[in-house]
Amino acid sequence: MIEVSDLRKTYKNGVRALDGLSFEVEPGTIFGLLGPNGAGKSTTVKILTTLSRADSGEAQVAGLDVVRDADRVRRSIGVVGQKPGLDPDGTGRENLEMQAELYGIVGATKRERVEELLGRLGLADAGGRIAKTYSGGMQRRLDVALGLVNRPKVLFLDEPTTGLDPEARAELWQEIEHLAHDEEMTILLTTHYLEEADRLASRLVIVDRGRVVAEGSPEELKRELHGDTVHVELAEARNGDAAAAVRDLPGITELTVDGRMLRARVDSGAAAIPSMITALERGGLRVASATIARPSLDDVYLRHAGRSFGQADTETEEVAA
Amino acid sequence: MTALRHTRQVALRYIRALLRQPAWVGISIVQPVIWLLLFGALFKRTADIPGFTGGSYIEFLTPGVVVMLAVSSAGWVGMAFIDDINRGTMDRLLVSPIWRGALNLGSVAQSVLTIAIQSMIVIALSLAVGARFHNGVAGVAVLVLMASLLGAVFASLSNGVAVLTRQRETLIGIVTMVTLPLVFLSSALMQQSLLPGWIQWVARFNPVDWAAEAGRSGSTANADWSLIATRTGFLALLLLASAAFATRAFNAYQRSI
Repeated sequence: MIEVSDLRKTYKNGVRALDGLSFEVEPGTIFGLLGPNGAGKSTTVKILTTLSRADSGEAQVAGLDVVRDADRVRRSIGVVGQKPGLDPDGTGRENLEMQAELYGIVGATKRERVEELLGRLGLADAGGRIAKTYSGGMQRRLDVALGLVNRPKVLFLDEPTTGLDPEARAELWQEIEHLAHDEEMTILLTTHYLEEADRLASRLVIVDRGRVVAEGSPEELKRELHGDTVHVELAEARNGDAAAAVRDLPGITELTVDGRMLRARVDSGAAAIPSMITALERGGLRVASATIARPSLDDVYLRHAGRSFGQADTETEEVAA
Repeated sequence: MTALRHTRQVALRYIRALLRQPAWVGISIVQPVIWLLLFGALFKRTADIPGFTGGSYIEFLTPGVVVMLAVSSAGWVGMAFIDDINRGTMDRLLVSPIWRGALNLGSVAQSVLTIAIQSMIVIALSLAVGARFHNGVAGVAVLVLMASLLGAVFASLSNGVAVLTRQRETLIGIVTMVTLPLVFLSSALMQQSLLPGWIQWVARFNPVDWAAEAGRSGSTANADWSLIATRTGFLALLLLASAAFATRAFNAYQRSI
């Protein structure tokens, strides 16, 4: 349903957004594009939805070339962008009616479709209210409704739950699952939440610096993530000494030291932390704190891209050092 | 057909948004009144200058204020595009099968509607304080047409600049810099024969002057219909060019993202 081959794009400011990106999406599936900010996810969506163009490479959506057949691609897709696409000064109903008209859906068909979508996304009571008075979750659902007006074959969801509270996020997840199931739509979802891709996507690629670094089902990728990640913060930065002190401890793999932060993958965090602290202090390095983290997207990255992309989405458990 | 429907949708959206701002509606109605009365009072003695042939100054000034309103009102139209781009609204429209020209033309339609209403308010007020228009409805229609065409040109330019720069500050700067000089380099506020020679020369290339001259001529006893026709033609050509510029600006925008 989507075929992407060797897409490359460099922005005028010299930022290389895509560096030979390729992947394929089977019809009727939810496909995840997973990566940190700046990995090239949004650029990919912009190119596939005809908003932007690649410097080179080919992309087909619903069997149509996104450059040569741009207008037909636009009729086949629905897009829920990262930024809100709704018109905040119009009511929910007015937003949807205008969108319908743009796709040539008019008259009674339009009114039916609009009411159906308002109901479906839990906005039936709010349809007559100005969209800027909606809560964040409601605005997001209106954005999704806007993307569904033309009954698209392929739906693009670019970071659909970013900025939503956990409750609104869970609701939207449920809605996305229903959509894929009931309407037999192909959905391409970008996200930087591992749990989101895990919950929704049947297959995913991990993107880093504009390239695919890993591909598989969430289960396959998680299987690589057995064990825990341990973060140790030292009182002072002495990279060489710190690495030397713990490198040879049993059960420690993928050790990285960056300034005062030491990070290691271990079989069991609870078992590794005491021995790591002992080894470090024996080497004259005072430990400020130590943390065990559940396997996260960070770790998949570290493994596949050779670097981490921040710890914002990691659930951590503080252990007194 | 599709083009028309899409343009109408875009226009409706912007009109609706404006009507929902009572402050904007109030200011839009009061502003022309203030301008006409203030300029009328300030330059009242102009009518005493030897060589001034325009009757009372308020009669002479009315077309000038209408044209000035059109330019200054249309100049800000691009702000809505900048807001749409900064949110994701414009991107959502650009990935729909919308006819690209509808984005500018719909916004221009909203601007022209505003300008036409403001023009009528100025004309009605001017009549109320004693100005006399010749040629009845035709004279008024010419003036409103000129203001609308000129407004459409400036609204398109504003939209094009908005899409290319995507910065409110830049648009504010350009509008402020361009609007007043163009009005002063024309016969909007002063009879042409009384303008300094170099301004008379520059004014020949100034669309604000085209609109002011033609708009004023329409309501004089011996209206110069060939002047009105040629100025209408010039403004129509300029509108075509500026609308094309505004629509093509989206290509540049899409290449940059």
